[in-house]
Amino acid sequence: MPIDILMPALSPTMEEGTLAKWHVKVGDTVKSGDVIAEIETDKATMEVEAVDEGVVQAILVAEGAEGVKVNAPIARLGGEGEAAAPTPAPAQAAAKSEPPKADAAPAPSPPQAATPAPVPVARTDGQRIFASPLARRIAQQKGLDLTALSGSGPHGRIVKADVDAAQPGQAKAPAAPGAAPAAAAAPRQAQSLEQMGIAPGTYDLIPLDGMRKTVARRLTESFRDVPHFPLTIDVEIDALLAARSKINGLLEKDGVKVSVNDMVIKAAALALTRVPEANASYSPEGIAMHHHADIAMAVAIPGGLITPIIRSAETKGLAQIATEAKDLAGRARDKKLKPEEFQGGTFSISNLGMFGIKSFNSIINEPQGAILSVGVGEKRPVVRGDQLAIATVMTVTLTCDHRVVDGAIGARWLAAFKPLIEDPITMIV
Amino acid sequence: MDFDVIIIGSGPGGYVTAIRASQLGLKTAIVEREALGGICLNWGCIPTKALLKSGEVYEQLDHLADYGLKVEKRGFDFAKVIERSRKVAGQLNAGVGYLMKKHKIEVIEGTAKLEKGQGAPKVVIALKAGGSRSVQAKHVIVATGARARTIPAIGLEPDGDKVWTYREALAPKSAPKTLIVIGSGAIGIEFASFYRALGSDVTVIEALPRILPVEDEEVSKAAHKAFEKRGLKFRVPANVKKLTKTTAGVSVEIEVGGKSETLQADVAIVAVGIVGNVENLGLEALGAKVERTHVVTDSHGGTGVPGLYAIGDVAGPPWLAHKASHEGVHCIEHIAGLAPVNINSPIPGCTYSTPQIASVGLTEAQAVEQGLNPKVGRFPFRVNGKAIAAGETEGFVKTVFDGKTGALVGAHMIGGEVTEMIQGFVLAMTLEATEAELQATVFAHPTMSEAMHEASLDAYGKVLHI
Repeated sequence: MPIDILMPALSPTMEEGTLAKWHVKVGDTVKSGDVIAEIETDKATMEVEAVDEGVVQAILVAEGAEGVKVNAPIARLGGEGEAAAPTPAPAQAAAKSEPPKADAAPAPSPPQAATPAPVPVARTDGQRIFASPLARRIAQQKGLDLTALSGSGPHGRIVKADVDAAQPGQAKAPAAPGAAPAAAAAPRQAQSLEQMGIAPGTYDLIPLDGMRKTVARRLTESFRDVPHFPLTIDVEIDALLAARSKINGLLEKDGVKVSVNDMVIKAAALALTRVPEANASYSPEGIAMHHHADIAMAVAIPGGLITPIIRSAETKGLAQIATEAKDLAGRARDKKLKPEEFQGGTFSISNLGMFGIKSFNSIINEPQGAILSVGVGEKRPVVRGDQLAIATVMTVTLTCDHRVVDGAIGARWLAAFKPLIEDPITMIV
Repeated sequence: MDFDVIIIGSGPGGYVTAIRASQLGLKTAIVEREALGGICLNWGCIPTKALLKSGEVYEQLDHLADYGLKVEKRGFDFAKVIERSRKVAGQLNAGVGYLMKKHKIEVIEGTAKLEKGQGAPKVVIALKAGGSRSVQAKHVIVATGARARTIPAIGLEPDGDKVWTYREALAPKSAPKTLIVIGSGAIGIEFASFYRALGSDVTVIEALPRILPVEDEEVSKAAHKAFEKRGLKFRVPANVKKLTKTTAGVSVEIEVGGKSETLQADVAIVAVGIVGNVENLGLEALGAKVERTHVVTDSHGGTGVPGLYAIGDVAGPPWLAHKASHEGVHCIEHIAGLAPVNINSPIPGCTYSTPQIASVGLTEAQAVEQGLNPKVGRFPFRVNGKAIAAGETEGFVKTVFDGKTGALVGAHMIGGEVTEMIQGFVLAMTLEATEAELQATVFAHPTMSEAMHEASLDAYGKVLHI
């Protein structure tokens, strides 16, 4: 009896993903626990392990296929000793419905003809695209690729509102409640690069992977839809640096090293407990006041960024924060984070100090109410009394979602944060 | 918490919502001050259909010769006609009672008032049996419906004798010899049609330039002509200045084209619109917004007051039973966290006169106004085989397509049984069909529905049978 291997759900909310890599080929024998494929979602890559034993009879979804629906068959396994099916189902990458009319938006040819164009062939699982007749026609008229959209209709059917939302310049229609979240940002530009004066062949085109699409969609929505404003303040960190060397001396035997960023995380978490209004999320139903300070830290990784979370950071000691942060950052770079490790923080910290950036404004990481941008710590002249002195100063900027964090709340948060950093011993009281 | 959800009003909005709530596992109560099923079942949609059927059958007797039939002596027993209508209403009212029991929904008979509660408002009910009862639920859905608009200042106010609203018109002692119907919306036209069928001399007064003003203009015109053929009289557009009761009946002073005219009749029916039942509920005190007799709600029926929702007629037009049920189900599914699909479902409207009128979506004029550059198709029943065979050749089907995308954006029908046929177009619009799907659909022959196919073909110059 052949067994179909189905596209797994890596998180409760996952609806589709990219089949990033196959580790087996037709004819291979697999046993339970063998890694057979890698699945990429918005932000994570996960390995798929075989549950059953058998011989791979068919690979049903080609490597690199995007938008593979959860529970769609991705491969077929034959029982032991069973001969491979004589006619393995071909990877149905070609079975794709209505390509968008090329005249409306000619895709720039990729530089190497041999490389398949990064057209999302999706539906490589052979499933039909569920779209209303009207949605199909509008998509055709506008040159939209239906496979790049996800539907807000019943069972994810693409309806008129979805293709209308993909209109150039038009604000994205608010997703119907409960509708599947758009898998990818709708193509905002109607014009191709060529139409905008970039000649084909003068660039390499990197296909948008799940993470890039998510970054593009989420940050566009946030920057456009969230009324945000920055609040900037300077903090002196000489005492913090001194405390840090002392702490690291004590922790050396444990192999733990606390960074300035770890101390910023701790101070931020404590400041959030002192000004809980800043630890809040806007929702149409009301303002969510979070019980814990779950601090998301932006980590740059190849191809993008990700924000692993130190949960309940206000309850954790510096050594624990340092250990967790190091572990999360390491696994983030290997794309090995579990979804629950990077989804659902209540406050974000982005630190570009190591690049010498003096100050910057981050974009709100929805639904969090605020994000802290941390600049470089550097020696600067400061005025003490009426005297000029030298101190190590770090500029931090709090970007606030004005729907929940008003100016005065943000200012109070910074006023709580500053003394914690400048006199770090207060962090332990 | 006494209940998960309390619904105030058991009309087609309220009772359907209650059933769905129970299906979703919510502990549900429904409050009714009068009769289960609300206006729709007891004093609206259903009993009028019973009356109209009697009228239609009776009027058909005039045309028996057309079918090669004859009847020796015709006549009607008005009391029996009304009795049948009341029986039909009674049967359905009992049916709702059965449904409530089956779904373990507690029915609380009495008049509800809202007060500040824990989370959602508290519901205090002045019980029909006497005394009061206070119940607290997590969610309260107001589905109190609407009633006939009256304008006492100019005499447009029912007295139960000579001036009626739909309510009195449903169960009078006798049919008036002469009748004035003020207002030519669906309600006014249906009563005019019914009483005309039983031989009353009926005059309909409409303030707007045409009768059935929400319908497509061509349909309005065709209806006007068809009704006049049946002997109905119209004053359009005409403003009612004053209604006065006389010893013999009523006298209605109107102004038509700048000239005054006085009409006399035994009875006048006031059908000049609907107002929401928003009073004495304590809505404003809780902070719910009431605008022009309707509760202001969001797309899920939320009022902005925690735990308080409103659906159906009380939440605004169109005042239709099926719209109320649809909104109620959506609301309760949202409350249950089901995330109902919020597609913009088109809402059909039907008038059960002779001939019948049914429509959905945009009129041709609205489509033009919206810049859709519409493609419009028409097909008359007079060349439809089944219609000819059935002797139902009056009327037509009209389709309105978006000129650019081909989406069906509206359909308008007048003729026999069109209130049953309209669903085909409603389904097409809900599924976002274009002309291609409608043209590719195989319609059974011989049916009057074939006119729907032909009208879809006609919009693109492909009509076959003309």
